[in-house]
Amino acid sequence: MKAFEYATPSTLDEATAQLASSWGETEVLAGGTDLVTALKQEITSPKRVVSLKNISALKGIKASANSVNVGAMTTLAELAADKAIKEHFPSLVTAVHNIGSQQIISVGTVGGDLCQRPRCWYFRNGYGILAKQGDASLVPDGDNRYHAIFGNDGPAKFVSASSLGPALIALGASIKVAGPKRKTRTVPAGEFFRAPKADNERETVLLPNEIVTDIQIPIRGLKNATYEVRHRFGLDWPYVAAAVAFQNKGGTVSDVRVVLGHVAPAPWASSGAAKALDGAKVDDVSAAKAGQAATQGAKPLSGNGYKVQMVRTAVKRAILAAAGAA
Amino acid sequence: MAKVDWPAADKRSLIGKHISRTDGPVKATGAAKYSYDINRPGMLWAKVVTSPHAHAEVVSIDTTAAAAIPGVEAVWHDETLKEVVYVGHIVAAVAARTEEIAQEAIRQVKVQYKVLPHQVVDNNPSLAAGNPAERKAGNVEEALSKADVVVSGEYGIPVITHCCLEAHGEVNEVKGDEMLVWPSTQAVSGYGNQNLAQGGGVAQNKIRVDCQHMGGGFGSKFNFELAPGAKPIAAILSKKTGKPVKLMLDRDLELAIAGNRPSAFAKIKVGASKDGTVTAFDAETWSTGGQGGAFNSGIMPYPLTKVPNVRIIGKRIITNRGGQRAWRAPNHPQACLLTMSALADTAAQLKMDELEFFLHNAALTDRPEVYREELRIAADMLGYKAKAHLRGDPKAGAGPVKRGIGIAIHTWGGLGHNSECDVTISGDGSVEAKIGTQDLGVGTRTCIAQVVGETLGLSLDGVKVEIGKNSPYPPSNGSGGSTTIGGISVSSRKAATDALNALLAVVAPKMGVAADALEAAEGKIRQIEKPHVAMSWNEACALLGKEQITKRGVNVPAESRTAKLIDANVGGVQMADVSVDIETGVVTLNEMVAVQDCGLIVNMKLCESQVYGALIMGVAYGLYEECIYDAKTGRMVNADMEFYRLAGLKDVGKLKVHLMTGPAYESRGIIGIGEPPAISPGAALSNAVANACGVRVPNLPLTPDRVIAALQKGGIA
Repeated sequence: MKAFEYATPSTLDEATAQLASSWGETEVLAGGTDLVTALKQEITSPKRVVSLKNISALKGIKASANSVNVGAMTTLAELAADKAIKEHFPSLVTAVHNIGSQQIISVGTVGGDLCQRPRCWYFRNGYGILAKQGDASLVPDGDNRYHAIFGNDGPAKFVSASSLGPALIALGASIKVAGPKRKTRTVPAGEFFRAPKADNERETVLLPNEIVTDIQIPIRGLKNATYEVRHRFGLDWPYVAAAVAFQNKGGTVSDVRVVLGHVAPAPWASSGAAKALDGAKVDDVSAAKAGQAATQGAKPLSGNGYKVQMVRTAVKRAILAAAGAA
Repeated sequence: MAKVDWPAADKRSLIGKHISRTDGPVKATGAAKYSYDINRPGMLWAKVVTSPHAHAEVVSIDTTAAAAIPGVEAVWHDETLKEVVYVGHIVAAVAARTEEIAQEAIRQVKVQYKVLPHQVVDNNPSLAAGNPAERKAGNVEEALSKADVVVSGEYGIPVITHCCLEAHGEVNEVKGDEMLVWPSTQAVSGYGNQNLAQGGGVAQNKIRVDCQHMGGGFGSKFNFELAPGAKPIAAILSKKTGKPVKLMLDRDLELAIAGNRPSAFAKIKVGASKDGTVTAFDAETWSTGGQGGAFNSGIMPYPLTKVPNVRIIGKRIITNRGGQRAWRAPNHPQACLLTMSALADTAAQLKMDELEFFLHNAALTDRPEVYREELRIAADMLGYKAKAHLRGDPKAGAGPVKRGIGIAIHTWGGLGHNSECDVTISGDGSVEAKIGTQDLGVGTRTCIAQVVGETLGLSLDGVKVEIGKNSPYPPSNGSGGSTTIGGISVSSRKAATDALNALLAVVAPKMGVAADALEAAEGKIRQIEKPHVAMSWNEACALLGKEQITKRGVNVPAESRTAKLIDANVGGVQMADVSVDIETGVVTLNEMVAVQDCGLIVNMKLCESQVYGALIMGVAYGLYEECIYDAKTGRMVNADMEFYRLAGLKDVGKLKVHLMTGPAYESRGIIGIGEPPAISPGAALSNAVANACGVRVPNLPLTPDRVIAALQKGGIA
């Protein structure tokens, strides 16, 4: 870790004013479970770290009849324990519990989960977000067992690490962002993540001097669930995750969203799976069909073909879990 | 005269009992000091500069900029080093007033490399170099051609690392003509070797080693070398600066360079007759241990030493990976996985129950009756009969989750090592035992107190145990090969017995009987025939006045073995009950049982704990662990605790341990336990997965991607 200046602003305005307009010069510190590691690994060595811990406006969960608003500095533990979240969004609760580490759940934040950097081991070993040695990506001919099977035809081959992203997208959440001079904007969760095309880009639409302030999740009575294929029960990353949400009225489903995690540089919305389930009655057969549809378009690399089978299963099981049939 | 022989079962007050380790409280509260916790006045922090290349010529090293940083007190580089042969190879080091300054300084050491081609792939036999090792018995080709069934398979187990919770390193303080060193080591008496002495510029007999507690070694911590062959850097830096220096590896280096367990891959053919008797075993193996060494496959078929027709060809692949080091039962876990997989596949081919198959072929081991007894006990503990089924049987489960059982057997030596102990009895009744041994966390300290306490008729807290230091403590060998418990138990028993006899000689005249008529028991010196005629321990010791009795006990392994104080060679059986989700490839361990003999057990609780620990370690390498190397960059890409996965508490299922006791086992004397139970877990898990899902997953660890690949190849997923 290299030395840096440490700022602890108490308002959003002060915080955004302390952020530079290009990536890497400054970094935002929330729970620190990812950033501190990244600083130690020297994959980022900012001149200034801006801590958000003193900004009270970023904390807390507010529920109304139509939506739940989650402050970005809400911890994952607070999110999973919240009454409204538990009542309406079990997919988020599962996603939090699956992180497996009580320490990370207690300290990590909702905003931090969305903005954490990928776990790609080439990235973590200093080869940049695009895992390049010289001009070529190390991933296609390297050890890519944990890399992307969707959306991997661009320069980015890693998988998004966000635990909450797939569920938030499936639930139709929107993410509020604040920039300098009190400029705010709202980004649909489905548009928040993106695959960088150059080494100096990041994995979200945030500008270097913007901060996630809160997340708005509409209450629409959607059945929802997350299913992760995991090997260890403790702290570990899933191999593949699937979040689903749908209306289930009168025996048939509508308004279906299926979003995959850990398969692409950004959470991967599978419109094929959603279409396959739309209008059906949820049962083993329709869920399996949707699971099969979710694998359409997968382009596994040399070492991650197994993820296709996992996608098939994760989507099927998430659908059955959401419908209460699992 | 008190005798050295171990007391009969009905006479034991401490030996063989369930006793918690005496240093449990200081560990639980954090009061126990490990190397990392040692801070000396004026101490400097050292960090190492390592090669980013897997293979390169070292052209030049410029330390000027690093040395100029305020707070940097010394920069060292290895002038003899012309070539680096793996990523992480140590080339230089700095010592600075703070860890942060040291970290900054290593960035400023400019090393010019001329990059050379590297090779890190170890699973391809065509990359093997040199003449393969070969072992032959009988005529394997003829036996295979005559066998009723011949089963062929390919199996493998990757390079793993020790992953000690406490990293390698030491605090070193060269002070005048003396060197004080606080290392994390498995060999307190042997740590101060000539190289260390030379590094610190002191005489070898002026090295004072102190290691009271250590956080795991598993075969990787016998000397000061942070990586195999590394220089005594902390000593050199302390000598240079005249100040104490702390040098501990960071986690990434600990995983990448502090020692590897060699991989082992094999093509195996087994010939068997219809009744299941193994008649032929033909194996070609390949392995890497980095630049030197590799898996020794000569011990296969393991532990079926009496298979009549055998051919084993062992190839070695040289790689630009970190060097190898002994890992808990060197060669055995690999040999066990390779052999047991091939044997279980043979049983499956014969449509023979795996338990029956192993009971039958126990005849081909050195200790058939022990294995048969242990197999039956393990089967009962697991409820084998109710759960067992043949491979591919619908009884495995109708849904996506299939259940199966796997079996493995193993052996190990474990003869007690050379050890000396001084026991001192003082006039105030206090008793002290000193041994230059070490407690790797297994409870050595506690066992010494038990043996001495037992001998002197005292309770555990009546004995003060001093270990963890070399001279002037009597020398005791390093803890490797499961040799410590035998060594320290005999040396402390002998010392205590001699000391007691000296005390009895003083007491006897006062009690008006011959010393032979007295014994020490229940905190008293009493007449053997009239136990109510007694003197308290303290009264008896008071007769010494200002004198002390100090006696040295020496364990000479061969003599002690003849005297049945210690022995070697144990047998163990393990069975795993797993569930395999064939839609996700995820393997879950439901239950694992371990049945083990190890002669006379000194401490039942600690002995069981050793087995539990070995099972947990085995589940980790069976299901999760592997060093993953990237061929192009030559790097170990998972040198972290995130993708170098270990088992957590929730992952290990229900573990059950049964240790063999009774006169037949106990009359052999004490045998080591540290290694044997770590041998079978991977093999038992692999066989269980094959039994559950109907196909062999050929390579450990049994990760979902490997399981799915095997299922797809087998046409099941």
